Amino acid sequence: MTTTSGPLATRRLILQGAASVALLGLGNLPFAPAHAAANDKYPEEAFKQKNEADAIKALYGRNAEPSDKVKLDAPEIAENGGVVPVSVTTTLDKVSSISFFVAENPFALAATYKFAEGTIPGVANRLKMAKTTKLVAIVEADGKLYSATKEVKVTVGGCGG
Amino acid sequence: MASSIRVRATSNGDITEVQALIQHPMDTGLVKDPKGEVIPAHYIQQLTFECNGKDVFVADWGTAVSKDPYVKFSFKGAKKGDDLKISWTDNKGASDTTTAKIA
Repeated sequence: MTTTSGPLATRRLILQGAASVALLGLGNLPFAPAHAAANDKYPEEAFKQKNEADAIKALYGRNAEPSDKVKLDAPEIAENGGVVPVSVTTTLDKVSSISFFVAENPFALAATYKFAEGTIPGVANRLKMAKTTKLVAIVEADGKLYSATKEVKVTVGGCGG
Repeated sequence: MASSIRVRATSNGDITEVQALIQHPMDTGLVKDPKGEVIPAHYIQQLTFECNGKDVFVADWGTAVSKDPYVKFSFKGAKKGDDLKISWTDNKGASDTTTAKIA
């Protein structure tokens, strides 16, 4: 693996650099909403965690309880792991965020969405999955965490050749 | 250059449904090109939807979001003709912004 250690090390440096200049970067953006900076910082650390439990801890700092009020919709079998349509809806009130974790990916946290008051708690997106994996959706509602889990079989992985 | 963001925002009574499609490679930094060189990570980190001066929906993305990302959500409190501003920034500091009228 000597061939990849160079680029990987560089990438780590870039990521570390990115963390420290993240706020600066937002500040430079002429169209960035002024109120977005403090509260909506990009969760750099959480996106770097390799397994799902660490990622959840880094993002939320606590564990979620399974709930049937969280409805996770994903295909049983995904033919193309590069594009897997995934969506979450919930009947919970006061939802402030929804996150997706793909357990078998190199980095578990795939996406996290923040909801303002008045935004319907639900989101649909498309994720990459490296191989057959457990997919976890976490809904943060009224300060509590609720989760739903689904197994997705991937026949062709989403990480290229 | 045309905007990298395509948005459809449709109002249905009180609820506005938003669908956005963004052109972006979303490279993970883990894939090698045919020459065996690693393609550096290049992905959107934050995507913001703003309506009437308020962030209604903010997406923080990692590398596991598919190429040319798609996202769909709905929100209340806007009406036909209101502006919806969408902006993204990626890990290389690039960004794009567009404004869509809610139809």
